[in-house]
Amino acid sequence: MSASDVDRGDALHPGHPVVVDRYTPGARANHWVTAICLVLLTLSGLAMFNPSLFFLTVLFGGGQWTRAIHPWIGVVLFFSFAGLFFRFYRLNLWRSEDSAWLAGVSDVLSAHEERLPEVGKYNAGQKLVFWSMSLLIIVLIVSGLIIWDQYFLAYTSIPTKRVALLVHTVAAVVIICVWIIHVYAAIWVRGTIGAMTRGRVTGGWAWRHHRRWLRALAARGGEDLKGPTGAG
Amino acid sequence: MTIDVNPPTRVDRPLLSEAAIVLRSASAAPAAPVQMEPVAKLIDVSKCIGCKACQAACMEWNDTHQPIGEFNGTYEDPHDLTETQFTLMRFTEWINPKTDTLEWLIRKDGCMHCAEPGCLEACPAPGAIVKYSNGIVDFVHENCIGCGNCVKGCPFNIPRISRVDHTAYKCTLCSDRVAVGQGPACAKACPTQAIVFGTKKEMQAHAEGRIKDLKSRGYEQAGLYDPPGVGGTHVMYVLHHADQPELYAGLARDPQISPVVKAWKGVTQFAGLALMGVAVAAGAVHHLLTGANRVADEDETAAERLSRGGRP
Repeated sequence: MSASDVDRGDALHPGHPVVVDRYTPGARANHWVTAICLVLLTLSGLAMFNPSLFFLTVLFGGGQWTRAIHPWIGVVLFFSFAGLFFRFYRLNLWRSEDSAWLAGVSDVLSAHEERLPEVGKYNAGQKLVFWSMSLLIIVLIVSGLIIWDQYFLAYTSIPTKRVALLVHTVAAVVIICVWIIHVYAAIWVRGTIGAMTRGRVTGGWAWRHHRRWLRALAARGGEDLKGPTGAG
Repeated sequence: MTIDVNPPTRVDRPLLSEAAIVLRSASAAPAAPVQMEPVAKLIDVSKCIGCKACQAACMEWNDTHQPIGEFNGTYEDPHDLTETQFTLMRFTEWINPKTDTLEWLIRKDGCMHCAEPGCLEACPAPGAIVKYSNGIVDFVHENCIGCGNCVKGCPFNIPRISRVDHTAYKCTLCSDRVAVGQGPACAKACPTQAIVFGTKKEMQAHAEGRIKDLKSRGYEQAGLYDPPGVGGTHVMYVLHHADQPELYAGLARDPQISPVVKAWKGVTQFAGLALMGVAVAAGAVHHLLTGANRVADEDETAAERLSRGGRP
């Protein structure tokens, strides 16, 4: 256990129950912007993806508006996610126990985490979500710029744009699936949503799912054993 | 051939109504469309003198205007099709190696009105592109969202997106003139009748006569350009060198809808929707089978012991 297992802002508050600060207000705001952008991009993108979903364009003020606004939301998401990336990448680096954790994925799915190695702030599943989101967002922004005809029409050939459209679509389908997994995991593992909304989880949650992280916070001891800071 | 016919004074019914649509982008066409006689425009490249009367007539009829351009050393003006230039004379200077003579190949470029239109295939906006039963492929601007997929779908690089209203433009085959029994403006204006318009059968028969004539004058490879890769076209060329269509400013030898576009429109859509559906369903089933993953009381107790410096 060492300070390298925790992020700035992570803190343990003894009590009944124990409360653990997991995300700072800045990290949460950053995540909210990213999350809202991703949902809007999914809705506007799906509207232009399949005719059966074209009706979603009404949410954005019609087809012209949907086409015009989708890339701009993408730009906001790119920079917003870049913020998340630099906040979170360090604790998302792959470690040896992540492979062991992943090998026991059936125990993960059957909620037998006691059979798995103790994990830090992020488990292997979360790390895979993080890295696949990072990679897919780069693919999406690059392919998206190529097919953003309003500003970038002249820079690439039509055959390139055809490939970019296909790549953009496939990457979008994959990122939507990753997002579904991300959201489902947050719902299935009760007590997780509070980390996104209030920045806090209970000690029991951290003990059950991120024990090495909790141990590192407890070992850090002293300085944060001052009760809840009201960081929100 | 309708080129010398003046407008009828009375039109009993509009010829190009919603009921005559056979293909409608991103949506279903009427189940039993009114069947019209397929039409075609035949452009006899060997008769073209490059006067650009067709370009002028097109701009006149469609009321479009070109900004003052720059001279780039060729006769092409403007230098490419634009959202306000639906047809363009393309000039190629070619030295025929067999005769060692210069041939000036002039091809009137524009929408080919494919029987299987790539633009319509790629369009995601319901009803923004339609094909009528007479073969005319038309853009319906109020339904267009300006995404540019038609540009990617077209095997001939024809549609252009307007910077003004952000919708796609191309030659309409003068659908508004054909609808009242008239031929296209370009055909009407052509002084050598290099452009003629009529039923597709008539045009094929007319082309046969022209090809026969060209062959008798030494153009052995003369032929009709009606590419089967897109199901045939409703704008056809008579070429003196039909064996080398690319001589004519890069006219495609075997145009087809790009497999990339077909993959995007076909398998990607179905597989993509299915994958997303499966992901949601898998979550629902998993939750039903395993129930929520809840924090137990002993987890909280353990955390409390740990936070007090105990060794749980």
